[in-house]
Amino acid sequence: MFLIRCPWCGERDIAEFAHGGEAHIARPEDSEELPDSEWAGYLFLRTNPKGVIAERWNHQAGCRRWFNMLRNTATDDILAVYKVGEPRPEVSANLPATPSGEAAIGSGNDAAKVMAPGERGGPVA
Amino acid sequence: MQRYNVVSLIREGLRGHAGWQPAWRFPEPKASYDAVIIGGGGHGLATAYYLAKEHGLRDIAVIEKGWIGGGNSGRNTTVIRSNYLNDESAAIYQHALDLWKTLGRELDYNIMMSHRGVLNLAHDEGEARQLKRRVEANRLNGVDSEWLEPEDVKEFCPPISISPAARYPVIGATLQRSGGTNRHDAVVWGYARAADSMGVDIIQQCEVTNIVVEGGAVTGVETTRGKISTRRVGCVTAGHTSVIAAMLGLKLPIESHPLQALVSEPVKPILPCVVMSNAVHVYVSQSDKGELVIGAGIDPYVSYTQRGSLDIIEHQMAALVELFPVFARLRMMRQWGGIVDVCPDASPIISDTPVGGFFINGGWGTGGWKATPASGHAFADLVARGEPNAIAAPFTLERFTTGALVAEHGAAAVAH
Amino acid sequence: MSKHGYRLPRGGLIDRTRTLRFSFGRQTFDAHPGDTLASALLANGEHMVARSFKYHRPRGILSAGSEEPAALVEIGADRARSDPNTRVTEQEIFEGLKARPQNCWPTLGFDIGALNDVIAPFIPAGFYYKTFKGWPGWMAFEPLVRRAAGLGRAPALPDPDRYEAVNRHCDVLVIGGGPAGMMAALAAGRAGARVMLCEETAALGGTLLSRDPEMLSVDGKAPAEWVAAIRAELESMPDVAILTRATAFGYYSHNFVGVWERVSDHLSPATVPQRMPRQRLWRVRAKEVVLAAGSIERPLVFHENDRPGIMLAGSVRTYMHRYGVLPGRRIVVATNNDSGWDAALDMARAGGEVAAVIDLRSEMAPTHLTEAARRGIAIYGNATIVGTEGRNRISRVAVRPLTRRGGSSRPVEIECDLLAVAGGWAPNVALFAQSRGKLRYDEQIEAFRPGRSWQHERSAGAANGFFGMAECFAEGARAGADAARAAGLDPKPLAIPTVPASGQIGQGPIRVIPELPSNRPKHKIRAFIDLQDDVTTKDLGLAVKEGYRSVEHAKRYTTSGMGTDQGKVANLNAFGFLASVRGEAIPAIGTTTFRQPYKPVTFAALAGQHVGDLFAPRRTTAMHDWHRAHGAVFEPVGDWLRARAYLKEGESFHAAVQREARAARATIGVLDASTLGKVDVRGPDAREFLNRVYTNAWLKLAPGKARYGLMLGEDGMVMDDGVTACLADDHFHMTTTTGGAARVLGKLEDYLQTEWPDLKVYLTSVTEEWAVVSLCGPECHKLVSDLCDGLDADPEKFPFMTLRDAHVGGVPVRVFRISFTGELSYEINIKASYGLWLWQQVMEKGAQYGVTPYGTEAMHLLRAEKGFIIVGQETDGTVNPLDLGLIGMVKMKGDFIGRRSLFRPDSMRDDRRELVGLLTSDPNMVLMEGAQVIGGEAESEPPVPMLGWVASSYFSPNLGRSIAMALVKGGRKRTGEQLWVSRRDGAPVAVMVTATDFLAAREKADG
Repeated sequence: MFLIRCPWCGERDIAEFAHGGEAHIARPEDSEELPDSEWAGYLFLRTNPKGVIAERWNHQAGCRRWFNMLRNTATDDILAVYKVGEPRPEVSANLPATPSGEAAIGSGNDAAKVMAPGERGGPVA
Repeated sequence: MQRYNVVSLIREGLRGHAGWQPAWRFPEPKASYDAVIIGGGGHGLATAYYLAKEHGLRDIAVIEKGWIGGGNSGRNTTVIRSNYLNDESAAIYQHALDLWKTLGRELDYNIMMSHRGVLNLAHDEGEARQLKRRVEANRLNGVDSEWLEPEDVKEFCPPISISPAARYPVIGATLQRSGGTNRHDAVVWGYARAADSMGVDIIQQCEVTNIVVEGGAVTGVETTRGKISTRRVGCVTAGHTSVIAAMLGLKLPIESHPLQALVSEPVKPILPCVVMSNAVHVYVSQSDKGELVIGAGIDPYVSYTQRGSLDIIEHQMAALVELFPVFARLRMMRQWGGIVDVCPDASPIISDTPVGGFFINGGWGTGGWKATPASGHAFADLVARGEPNAIAAPFTLERFTTGALVAEHGAAAVAH
Repeated sequence: MSKHGYRLPRGGLIDRTRTLRFSFGRQTFDAHPGDTLASALLANGEHMVARSFKYHRPRGILSAGSEEPAALVEIGADRARSDPNTRVTEQEIFEGLKARPQNCWPTLGFDIGALNDVIAPFIPAGFYYKTFKGWPGWMAFEPLVRRAAGLGRAPALPDPDRYEAVNRHCDVLVIGGGPAGMMAALAAGRAGARVMLCEETAALGGTLLSRDPEMLSVDGKAPAEWVAAIRAELESMPDVAILTRATAFGYYSHNFVGVWERVSDHLSPATVPQRMPRQRLWRVRAKEVVLAAGSIERPLVFHENDRPGIMLAGSVRTYMHRYGVLPGRRIVVATNNDSGWDAALDMARAGGEVAAVIDLRSEMAPTHLTEAARRGIAIYGNATIVGTEGRNRISRVAVRPLTRRGGSSRPVEIECDLLAVAGGWAPNVALFAQSRGKLRYDEQIEAFRPGRSWQHERSAGAANGFFGMAECFAEGARAGADAARAAGLDPKPLAIPTVPASGQIGQGPIRVIPELPSNRPKHKIRAFIDLQDDVTTKDLGLAVKEGYRSVEHAKRYTTSGMGTDQGKVANLNAFGFLASVRGEAIPAIGTTTFRQPYKPVTFAALAGQHVGDLFAPRRTTAMHDWHRAHGAVFEPVGDWLRARAYLKEGESFHAAVQREARAARATIGVLDASTLGKVDVRGPDAREFLNRVYTNAWLKLAPGKARYGLMLGEDGMVMDDGVTACLADDHFHMTTTTGGAARVLGKLEDYLQTEWPDLKVYLTSVTEEWAVVSLCGPECHKLVSDLCDGLDADPEKFPFMTLRDAHVGGVPVRVFRISFTGELSYEINIKASYGLWLWQQVMEKGAQYGVTPYGTEAMHLLRAEKGFIIVGQETDGTVNPLDLGLIGMVKMKGDFIGRRSLFRPDSMRDDRRELVGLLTSDPNMVLMEGAQVIGGEAESEPPVPMLGWVASSYFSPNLGRSIAMALVKGGRKRTGEQLWVSRRDGAPVAVMVTATDFLAAREKADG
């Protein structure tokens, strides 16, 4: 249950927002000249990263503005929120690491659940 | 392979079950294989099984990050049906259904394939029109499918409410009698056992960290347990397809979304079939153990955490109680999330790639389980021969460039 | 002992002045307010209350809380209010409570299902995977298996009760109302934090209520008094909320916690106040969380450890001191740590005859030994239980030394009616793990405890692995202050309550043995790990042997921990045994996943109030009541309810539609078109914007004129359509489909904000602002003129595709001359609040012309006569403008949304499905919508090649024959060709491919 900070309205529950897919995919100006493969790239191809994603959100039940968000898809940590037109901020994230292929909260592997003998305590974030 | 049957059970029962063999080995990875399948889920193990059985390719390895069947195979709600709209879809899903029918005997492992029937509900005229169109297309494609009026729906599935006063009244439904459910773990374990018995190495707790390419073609994979040379790699990691493809710099028409499901406490038999509703967004069946197995739509965002939001569950429960008022007091015992590859046309990708020897089987969205045998069958064929057969051909990556999509949103709108 | 057999003469937090009656099966019993069903049954000497899932073995009450694995019953007076699988340890007693045994037949005492236990050797874990494959096949066996499986019965009738969900924000959410939780709440509360304290049971206090007040004092007070005092202080704080009977069941991302409150389950349904919900879901967003959910005691794993009368030692103490019940008279205690001794001495003090204490350890606390000796309790150190007896309740325990010296291993048999087992305490880490924190295995306590936190939470007290009472107080204070500080407050140090030395002790050293040795051969040992699903150590061993070695595989193969308790008491023992069989350490094999919910939560509570009328909104127009009053039948369109047809007395739906459609072309038909989406488009760049979003050209549309527009997705497929009018150079009135309105507005906003921020355009949804009355028919201009002051609607003077401002009875209206039927037609837009009034005017003034209201079905029919499409009926997301023959709608110059996709290879195929008309050779034959078009007069063997499908099909009263529109491969080139439409029940129907404008065709034919 995400708690998302709309850059215009502040923190709200995810229920107020609509997701708009990957950000920074500009609509081609010169689509006429574009080969089919590149147009297909605009239409369909996505980075779909396990890690930091730049994505579009719309505060549908609020100011109805679109904005961008950086989120770690491996942990669902929200790393940054920025307005349309603003450059993508630099952020650091707790990225997936092998072995186990997972960030600390992980998905579907035992290693993410139990601390290895000798592993240090203390919060992760 | 040690035979399983009543006789062996009694024999072992009398001697304290001392004689059972391990269902599969725990081999160390070899330095090289003819082919490497990444992903030890149902589709991956099925691929290995058919590679060994039908293409005589036995020097192969299935590489699994965790434990086999621990991804979407172990998390899905096992709805089996083939009533898809397009010819291309009907072909692959019906092929799967035909294989399901005899798979238990073939694998000598009871997968509990239960052809108890699948209802797809219509709640308004538009939906009814679309579903009737599907019924007709199904019929001409040799897929069993029929239209039921509300009273027949009620008769086939007594606990359902067909009250016309409902916000989304049930005005009819399609029924595929040959559809149903099966036991996901059994399918995974059955394929693994059979593949292992033919010499396939199933390597668990081993993660692929890189794919080695030379001269535009695959030469091996690097894993957490060392490098393995091979000239053929099949990627069957639905949920994580993009992650593997990224190792080769490939971008795919796929987004990975959380998909949640839950089960109730076990109760005596109450729901005789599978019921699915797009409009109210819920689908439900009852497991042989007695639990109601319930699923819904995906969360809208990309996530690999294998968990979704509670509000999805809340809506799902509201929808369930709308359709089945008598379920209201039952309790949610366990909820979980998987990661599903979603393609723009709600159809899968079974395809070669720009990288020689690297093949992809993914993008199954919310409905991959039902296709498992056909998926493995067709993909094995692709990995073995290097080119897609008639069943796989419509599902190559090329369609996203030409625009020849296989749009199945109607048939796949609700997660299943 | 009192008349309730096992009720202690004094003690407990029950109200002994009042007696309640309840029934279990056919028997009725007495109880006191404050009892749970479990304590009341035990007080009456009823141990056996259930049967296990697989072998139907007798099951008793193991525990005193939500961790109870097997003591499940069905609660409820009727089949509407009945709750299967209810834990007797949690259900509170109320007057007239009715409980029934479940999963047994014919009776709990004599259960046919118990035959499974006889053949148990032949149906080990996973046996069903190995059989039922061959003849006659699974479908034949499944019904039997299904009937045997399942536990209780689902209700047969709809649930009459009400549920609700509420949102809450707080600084500190404290989960668990025991010593640690209360101190945490106090620390945070005194710091001025907004606190929520959730306690699962009916009362605060936790372990404090399970201690002998004679032995344990807190700050010199009896525990209950201390609890009352602290509760009073907490309640006096304005920002502190205390919830009892409230379980935090789910810890989700971003510190969102679901709390499930049983508001009235402890009351007799008859006495529940009208407005009180049965249960409430709290959706809590907490800045900081304190996890103080205590610990769970594990049973010991030995041969025949599953009989009724075998209970957790800590739970026995709870029954003694919280409920005033000692569930046995002659008691044996088996333990692997100090807490078992405390329990044993407790029981002795309470008057129980403690026959023996069996300790797996050889080192025992001297104080315990002397006290036990003083009380004449036989002591067996370094000993094991080799077996038990007693069919429906334990009657005897057999003990022998753990390490056999020589052959001297003849067991000593001890009579008893209660065996209290103490296998050590495990921190309740469920919610911590749900929050995705990492567990750490602690050899000191031989259990998992919280390791690395992921979210904003910290654990305290027993939940954090500290079992001493004093430690719990200190831990709670620390955690509460810590949380308050993290939430931005400034907590002051808290005085830690003092407790006597006896209260300091936790469980001391512990000796865990995965499976206690017995005198029987290993494969004959039946030591139960999971009491609900009947999973034994043998089953787990078999799983590992067969290759199901991962904890997840072993769990799934044996179903250990998959019952309604999700293995709260079983899992740790299962992990320990698996580890021992695999010869690895527990942390090395990991754990299964702790999933939400912590314990089963009612579906209806999760649905909250979003059921029935509140499940989804119903939007209705200003004229809705009139429609209802005039026989309208409605259909949902998007969120809207639209009148589908107006049925006269005794008129069939079909007849009504035919009548309405005839009237619309003969006299005047009137349609409520208010639901169409309407968007107000303003700004200097409005034209340019429309030019980019529609496929056709908009730069030259003059004010006062309107134009039909087609909207595509970027994939080139038709997404929406509608007429848009130019009100001024920088002001347009756009209409969309009813269902597509929200989607279209959202999409347009998206493009404006993200793709074309340079365009100065402002969009406002005005759908609800206007009511729209659509008039249709050759005479309708007269009625429009009658209605509108100073407007001459004569078609000559009021050209097609233009609009005029006018007034009706002084009320401003906007009149469009547009048509969706091909007939002369006007749409009058008026402020919604006048909608009903305008409609009534139309009916009044139109009476002389025979005005006839028509619904959406007739509207569909009328537009089909003219060959107009409906997005969503003639299109399905795979249809582009060229497929619809609307090439004229696609401008040659300039980009628009979706244009590029029209030039992809697949869009250029010449065998794409194209929209055509179909006429059956039999004019009375109406094709089924959705039917498939084929090329031959007979169906070949499947798969039958399909050319396309029928999108719309009606009997047209105005053309006196059936008409249909279909999408057919290369359709337009086939005009004049004969094709067939397949039918399930009958030979394919011959059809002629035609153009789609059936009216034009008829006019040609006529003249």
